Amino acid sequence: MNYIFIFLIIISFLCAIFNHRLDIAIDEMLKASQKAVEIAFGLIGIMGFWLGIVKIAEKSGLMDIISKFIQKPLLLIFPDIKDNKEAQSNIALNISANALGLSNAATPFGIKAMEDLQSQNENKKVATNSMCTFLAINTAGFQIVPAVVLAILSANNMDNPTQIILPTLIVTSLAFVSALFFAKILERFYK
Amino acid sequence: MINFLNTLSIWILPLIIVFILVFALYKKTPAYEVFVEGANEGFKIAVKIIPYLIAIMVCTALFRASGAIEIIENFLKPVLDYFKIPIETTIIMLTRSLSGSATLGVLADIINQTGVNSYATKLAAVITGSSETTFYVASVYFGAVGIKKFRHALLAGILADIVGLIAAVWICSIFFL
Repeated sequence: MNYIFIFLIIISFLCAIFNHRLDIAIDEMLKASQKAVEIAFGLIGIMGFWLGIVKIAEKSGLMDIISKFIQKPLLLIFPDIKDNKEAQSNIALNISANALGLSNAATPFGIKAMEDLQSQNENKKVATNSMCTFLAINTAGFQIVPAVVLAILSANNMDNPTQIILPTLIVTSLAFVSALFFAKILERFYK
Repeated sequence: MINFLNTLSIWILPLIIVFILVFALYKKTPAYEVFVEGANEGFKIAVKIIPYLIAIMVCTALFRASGAIEIIENFLKPVLDYFKIPIETTIIMLTRSLSGSATLGVLADIINQTGVNSYATKLAAVITGSSETTFYVASVYFGAVGIKKFRHALLAGILADIVGLIAAVWICSIFFL
């Protein structure tokens, strides 16, 4: 991450000088730092709401019931969360919410799942194998219905926007499987 | 099909919430108190991810504004022509992992430039719908729990994005060309 950070910034400055747009680049850079804070503050309400609801499910014992159902397939992907019931159900909720295109609900579940994974992590600054796998499948963005894209296409009066659903589903499934595959292969090389 | 899915996505959230609340009532869980306790965590997490988001978003915004993408675009042009990839869609391939709002902006731009029924629009729509903003997801999820060493997570995510792009080009050429 340190190298990516340094590399991206230096390359960008060099390209900006080469393209004579250093002033625009600096302006965009400062605007982005402001945008980051706006996004985080925008998350407060929705995070608070969903974490509140999830807490009710957790305290009432509903989470334990959910995690019992999905334990077997989940443990194949995340072998080290056998005794971590909260992580199991939050990962399941995150993946189902993403699959349904409810990314607003998926993010709080995902963050909660990360916290549950972090609770059994020995070195709190370094990601565990399960954390990396979970992040990789989330960045693959598996969803059954690409709701936002469909909305944009219909708003522009496309003929039959549903034609993109099947190809999108095939592509996103391939990306999901390869994220899983790469995470499992690469974890052997990054200690 | 799409009507059914739209109805489903409207109904699913209220159903989940009502189910959780009815279950809590049945188990005599103090729902209001527990909700407030959980909601309190939401605020802390949102504040905690700010420094990570700033780092990531500054990087990606700078990269986009620097014109680096146009340089890569010129460089790749012969390869794109060979695989019948419309030149308009290169930007979306390069921004997809970097910025979600920029990607939607580029999609709107492609629709404007090439028309909503063009091959470029279909390819761009599939790319947008089939992936997530890898760098944003990484900074939010790992930032929330204070992870600083990402290990292989980002590399696995980016490799999967690349597989997704290749698959999108391939699948779209089968479906739409």
